[in-house]
Amino acid sequence: MRHTIAVLVENKSGVLARVSNLFRRRGYNIESITVGKSEREGIARITLEVDGDELVIEQVTKQLNKLIDVIKVSDITHDEMIERELMLIKVSADASTRSEILQIVDIFRASVVDVSPKALVIEITGDRDKLEAFEALLRPFGIKEIACTGKVAMVRHPKEIK
Amino acid sequence: MRLTGAQIVIEALKHEGVEVIFGIPGGAIIDIYDALYDSGIKHILAHHEQGAAHMADGYARATGRVGVCFATSGPGATNLTTGIANAYMDSIPIVAITGQVPTHLIGKDAFQEADTTGITAPITKHNYLVKDVNELGKTIKEAFYIARTGRPGPVLIDIPKNVQTATADFDYSSIEIDIRGYKPSITGHIRQIKEAARLINESKRPCILAGGGVIISGASEELFRLSTKANIPVATTFMGIGSFPQDHPLSLKSAGMHGNYAANYALMECDLLIAIGCRFSDRTTGRVDKFANKAKKIHIDIDPAEINKNVIVDVPIVGDAKTILKTLIEYVQEKKEEEWLSYIKELKESHPLTYSDGTTIKPQLVIEKVFEVAPDNTIIVTEVGQNQIWSALFYIHTKPRHFISSGGLGTMGFGFPASIGAKVGRPDALVVDIAGDGSFLMNIQELTTVVENNIPVKVVVINNRALGMVRQWQELFYKKRYSATILKEVNFAKVANAFGVKGIRVTEKEALVPALKSAFEYPGPAVVDVVVEQEENVIPMVPPGAPIDQIIGGK
Repeated sequence: MRHTIAVLVENKSGVLARVSNLFRRRGYNIESITVGKSEREGIARITLEVDGDELVIEQVTKQLNKLIDVIKVSDITHDEMIERELMLIKVSADASTRSEILQIVDIFRASVVDVSPKALVIEITGDRDKLEAFEALLRPFGIKEIACTGKVAMVRHPKEIK
Repeated sequence: MRLTGAQIVIEALKHEGVEVIFGIPGGAIIDIYDALYDSGIKHILAHHEQGAAHMADGYARATGRVGVCFATSGPGATNLTTGIANAYMDSIPIVAITGQVPTHLIGKDAFQEADTTGITAPITKHNYLVKDVNELGKTIKEAFYIARTGRPGPVLIDIPKNVQTATADFDYSSIEIDIRGYKPSITGHIRQIKEAARLINESKRPCILAGGGVIISGASEELFRLSTKANIPVATTFMGIGSFPQDHPLSLKSAGMHGNYAANYALMECDLLIAIGCRFSDRTTGRVDKFANKAKKIHIDIDPAEINKNVIVDVPIVGDAKTILKTLIEYVQEKKEEEWLSYIKELKESHPLTYSDGTTIKPQLVIEKVFEVAPDNTIIVTEVGQNQIWSALFYIHTKPRHFISSGGLGTMGFGFPASIGAKVGRPDALVVDIAGDGSFLMNIQELTTVVENNIPVKVVVINNRALGMVRQWQELFYKKRYSATILKEVNFAKVANAFGVKGIRVTEKEALVPALKSAFEYPGPAVVDVVVEQEENVIPMVPPGAPIDQIIGGK
């Protein structure tokens, strides 16, 4: 089963390497990893997606906790949470297809961030299902490039990961 | 007080009570060595950095204090790594300080540059690259704190040359330690402790498995009280040897791949396993899904990640073994399960350790004679391989920190430098390194170290002209195809003489005891080179991957 784990870490150089090396070293399967700031100065927040059964996930969280620079590890898979990814898609578009693409963009509440004679760059956020559906609809027009952030997640109020 | 980074290092070490440093200087750590020069801290010059790390490790194992080693950047640091990995696997507190190229050259592939923190991250409990001299004092204080607390382990501090020469204010005692990501649990959950006590009180066939954590925690006395209060037999892991006196009727001695029959059978037959400070290594459990499969399991360990890592347990208790056992004993009732105890007694009596004596000198005999001749206050250090297991089996170990061996990493070449560290830390004890010829050759350069510093360690070489343990596996599992395991005979007495060390060569049985006596009584370092039977095997043995009650050889 895929788990979503939120990890608060000291915002120091080398921390991301320690976390990713731990996964390589122990043979855990890492699906996505994102890192960015948290609400507190000096603390970064890593969101991990990991595949594994309960025993593997138990080990993952404990081994992460053993790292001195890791402050808190929370498996939020079973919490009510909001998860988002951001994707940039460059899709072929000329005069004949542009309006059709714009309709899809509209339906998905995505936005066009760059227009050129032969292509559009579209920005979309959402959960993975939404992004995959969007990508599938654009595929026939010719996708030139995709850049994606991986998942960030937050548990709904009132629970907080601190 | 305004000091250079190099001076800060030395002053901080003094504050930590460091009395000795093992190391080798070099260009990138020359400033720290300059500050060390008239500091009053003793320095033991090793002759390979691996030796320095093992010395610090042996010192820590023998004394319970943090061992310290120094190395320069690049090759100095990479040579340390085996020693660091060895300490990491056996949870030994050492602080390794390495020089690094100046910060402006880091990443430029400068002369003698290596990514020391990158290389050592997976084999240290934590490591630091100090880029700002103002962080140096705090870093050293944290490093010692992390190394010795919780589950101990090695911590490395990499210090660029320009940080050693830069200056900063220094006030060590005012530095406060508050690491938000590091708060080891100590006391254990009282509900879990009570549940453990209930299981112990109800069990008919309880068995304790004591690991290295008992020794690290200093919990031998509590272990003894628990065992004797409820008459629970005690098996130890290899790392747990010495945590419980092997001459006690409740002792089953060590368990595992080369464990004692009674220990292995008791673990397989018990209805309650009380594992204390151990990590269920594959060498202890054998085939893990069959291990102690009739038993409910209690697991006391300070490292939460050890719970359910290798063996799924019923009652985990996370915390310090000594603290937890003190509480647990209160809730455990006095009892004596006669049926189980008589089964244990019979197991022990019907399966004694044996070997067949012959005209040649058997390695087991050497260990027995060392035990006979050595005074009570003797620390046995071993190399790795057959010599190690024979030392574990045929010597009667009764005290913690008096059997020192590379358990987890199985590092050949560990014993001799570790014995140097042990002797430096415990000058009152006789320190004997029981070596194999293969292992001894891996750090034999440290013979110079014992001469230079007059460190009177004794090396007893079980000279079988073979990489014996591998040869044994080849004999048993590879149709005696001795691929790269038969060695050229070396006369280690002559080698010792060449270094200026007393050397005695023993080829006849009658000469063994006089040689050992003469070496042990001699005031300086000595090597006793005992030429033994080449094809002797370590028995008992559980084949790799088999349950631990499938024992080959012997009775």
